[in-house]
Amino acid sequence: MVAAGLYLKRFYTVVRGEVLVLPSRIIVALFFLVLLGMPLISQNPYLIRVIVLASIFAILAASWDLLSGFTGQMNFGHALFFGVGAYASAMLNVHLHIPPWGSVPLGAAAAVMTGLIVGIPCLRLKHTYLALTTMAFPIILMGIVFALPDLTGGELGISGLQRISNSLIVNYYIYIGIMLVLCTIMWKITDSHTGIIFHAIREDELAVKASGINTTRYKLMAFCLSGFFAGIAGGLYAHYMRIAGPSTLEVSMSFMVVIWAVFGGIATIYGPIAAVFILFPLLEFVRFWPEYRTLIFAVVVLLILLYMPEGLIPWVRDKIEKECPRCKIRNVATRKTCRVCTAVLD
Amino acid sequence: MNIIITGLITGSMLALLAISFSLIFGVARIVNIAHTAFYMVAAYCIFSLTGKFGLNPVAGMMIAVVVVTVFGLLAYKFVIDPIREHEAAVLIATIALAMIFQEAVMLIYTGDYRTVSALIEGYFIVTGVKVFYQQVLTFGVVLAVLGILWVLLMKTKLGLAIRSTAEDREVANLMGMNDSRLAMITMGISVALAGFTGAVIAPLTVLSPYMWMEPLIMMMAVVVLGGLGSIKGSFVAAYILGFTEALVVFMIPKGAFLKGSVALTIMILVLLLRPEGLFGISFEEER
Repeated sequence: MVAAGLYLKRFYTVVRGEVLVLPSRIIVALFFLVLLGMPLISQNPYLIRVIVLASIFAILAASWDLLSGFTGQMNFGHALFFGVGAYASAMLNVHLHIPPWGSVPLGAAAAVMTGLIVGIPCLRLKHTYLALTTMAFPIILMGIVFALPDLTGGELGISGLQRISNSLIVNYYIYIGIMLVLCTIMWKITDSHTGIIFHAIREDELAVKASGINTTRYKLMAFCLSGFFAGIAGGLYAHYMRIAGPSTLEVSMSFMVVIWAVFGGIATIYGPIAAVFILFPLLEFVRFWPEYRTLIFAVVVLLILLYMPEGLIPWVRDKIEKECPRCKIRNVATRKTCRVCTAVLD
Repeated sequence: MNIIITGLITGSMLALLAISFSLIFGVARIVNIAHTAFYMVAAYCIFSLTGKFGLNPVAGMMIAVVVVTVFGLLAYKFVIDPIREHEAAVLIATIALAMIFQEAVMLIYTGDYRTVSALIEGYFIVTGVKVFYQQVLTFGVVLAVLGILWVLLMKTKLGLAIRSTAEDREVANLMGMNDSRLAMITMGISVALAGFTGAVIAPLTVLSPYMWMEPLIMMMAVVVLGGLGSIKGSFVAAYILGFTEALVVFMIPKGAFLKGSVALTIMILVLLLRPEGLFGISFEEER
């Protein structure tokens, strides 16, 4: 009893000292709480569906950020990983009857393999060449999918996948849980030693090479990691929609991922996630005028980019927080002095 | 014979698109995803000008090119120019632009497939294959425009300015070339060429609001295969890919599905051997 009380007290201190001091951390905590508590308030199937799809795409957008935002390897064919994940888990589930807990990881493994296959030739290319070449891969795969209708279902795709769980609420918690865990892992990766090297590769690859770091290995690793997370997103998507169709490989899918990530702010991980949770429901809820949906979407993206080219989330973060000029610790924008070193904030 | 004709037409179309695309990329480092959207807008302009207002097709073409150029310059001025330093943002902005054009066309003309009547009706027969006069005309006009463009780039002062800016922007700036005005002019030329391509190709193809997607991919493949910024490279690569597509469609069963795949696979294979494209020059790494 006493031990539990002590733990509670320590938990409270940590929360007050580390979370409540910064608005961005409060927002993240609220985001977790709201997502986890959602079914207690409303069990509207439509709302739940929108949130589940948003969380699947959040994984996808964050995985793009991990590759392209951090290492600067502009990937314009991210739908490839998504599509491979979706098709692989669909084929495993429908043709070989492997249950979802097996087919999704195997689909992700297939996506990692594609990451390797795509990554090795792409390592020789840079900048725009890389962006334009990666765009070609999903289209090549799409041609193959259409040419082999027996195996892939052609234009109709593979349908009749098993649901992960038949209960609406259990399904919701599985998807949300996976999303939160995976996104935290991605965020942790970018925060680690590896993440710093990724950052450095984007800024100046030659300097990283000169520091004795095998950049080729790290770039391949970024391709594989990104492929893994995107593949999981693809598998989850296939199991949720119960169909894996060619729409997962479309050019517009690749573009969408890039739009989400750049809109939210690249090289942040939380940016793309937030962007998906803002843009995807927005796109869903303007269903009143279906004709204007994409138009509104495009105009919103354009306007945001014109006024905040760094992305929405970093812009908001800079508004509500200030960095201490002396110790580089972030503070609430309303504070006059730094919360750690008491230096005057400008 | 069919293969040759289709290859020539697709190749010329791709050549024009790719060259205009690499022009603006070379001068201003803008990857203009909306490039083929302008091509679509031009095609639709012709459709409504000749179909609804009953204008002479040639006049319709002229007006369409002018309209598209104005659109392009406005888009450059208000959307691309303010965020030019942020490369990723420019990419997304042009994607958004393309989507806006697509949706606007969708709203005005609905998603139905449309066709535009040919400038010259009729055909002649060579070795048992119908060759439409329109196809011959398109091919001739495209070659003529490419020739004019070549003269413009190689023989005039403006061409010299464009080429030198493409090679080294800072030095060109130091030599007294107005970088931003040049970018504006190049954007105009580039978009006008895209609009022109749309104008000449409109009678040979089916119009739909999504018609910009496929040429976009092929155009990028051509640009990459030929080497970014190399006009000769784009020209050769366009015909290589055009003929490949035609060959695949006519020779392989289910070729229509695979035509993109095969063409893009060729591009990737070439890039593996020569990462800077067929005629590209490998730039010194910018730091």
